[in-house]
Amino acid sequence: MVSVLKRSLAIITLLIIGYWLAQGLAGVPFGQDRMLVGKYYLENVKAQTGAVNAVTAIVVNYRGFDTLGEVTVLFIASTGVGALLWRRKKKRTAKTEGSVVLRTGSELLFPFILMFGTYIFIHGHLTPGGGFPGGATIATAFLILYMAFVDYEIPHRLFEPLEGLAGMGYVLVGLIGLAIGSYFLFDWIWQTWHWGAANLGRLFSGGFIPVIYTLIGLKVGTELSGIVDSMLTEEVRE
Amino acid sequence: MSVPHIGLYYFGALSLVLVGIYGVLVKKNLLKILISLSIVETGVNLLLISVGYITGRSAPILSEGIGPKQAVDPIPQALVLTAIVIGVATTAMALSVAITLYEKYGTLNIEEIRRLRG
Repeated sequence: MVSVLKRSLAIITLLIIGYWLAQGLAGVPFGQDRMLVGKYYLENVKAQTGAVNAVTAIVVNYRGFDTLGEVTVLFIASTGVGALLWRRKKKRTAKTEGSVVLRTGSELLFPFILMFGTYIFIHGHLTPGGGFPGGATIATAFLILYMAFVDYEIPHRLFEPLEGLAGMGYVLVGLIGLAIGSYFLFDWIWQTWHWGAANLGRLFSGGFIPVIYTLIGLKVGTELSGIVDSMLTEEVRE
Repeated sequence: MSVPHIGLYYFGALSLVLVGIYGVLVKKNLLKILISLSIVETGVNLLLISVGYITGRSAPILSEGIGPKQAVDPIPQALVLTAIVIGVATTAMALSVAITLYEKYGTLNIEEIRRLRG
């Protein structure tokens, strides 16, 4: 009885919230041109950043400082997961090995998934994607290995320094911009030398967007693999 | 009280948000509540993307035949890219809190956890 009452109360609440939200959205017609700032970005993105993908140009170039904060949030979350699940001694305790299909498939596909993730973050300034989806794809490759083999662990000695170095590299690129230009995260590759102006829309263009997205991709990939690792290992007692 | 007219995409995004809120209100398992929160987040992301859509235009990647006049608003997409990453981070945090709770209490039912706390 309580459950029925609770459910009907929940549905009434939902109807009120839904009506209120729909009322607000009715004043925002779908599919109309309402761009204000976006128009400026679209018109100037090629000349100012050298990238053809306006979304990644905004994320890395126009709002690069925001993205640095975003990377910091991700780092804090990964540190938080590590701290919450910290134990004196941790090991894989999974008992059932993955099936033959999963084991063979993961061994076969692992290098290709890594390659696809790398492709996504290297081509961030040209195609949809960028550092964050590319890093997530790389972490998926390691997750599949964790699922397939009971005793697999990521190479901690490689991943933890790589994560820190990639994060520091981002700040370093920004500081080089501060030294050459006038402000933090100044696009020194594009603004000072116009490198890649001849091949817009090809791989070697886009100023520092591919550099920063490579660093972000490495950082996100190692960080998410670390989160997977701290969730899938358990405490062992002697 | 008239029924407001909204587009199909808005309707889909709003339904995802409402389904998620229903799960948060009714479900008792902590994992199900976290999944519901993820569904709410997906709905909000979809809503932001569809607010930025302009009928008949293409993705904001400038290439042959797609100039600044043929592309949709890039700003909501950049914001959603950020929101997805932050969503992943917060979900991971919440899941690790759930793991710790399960290790301590041996259950994920929030009512039992509340009773055992005392």
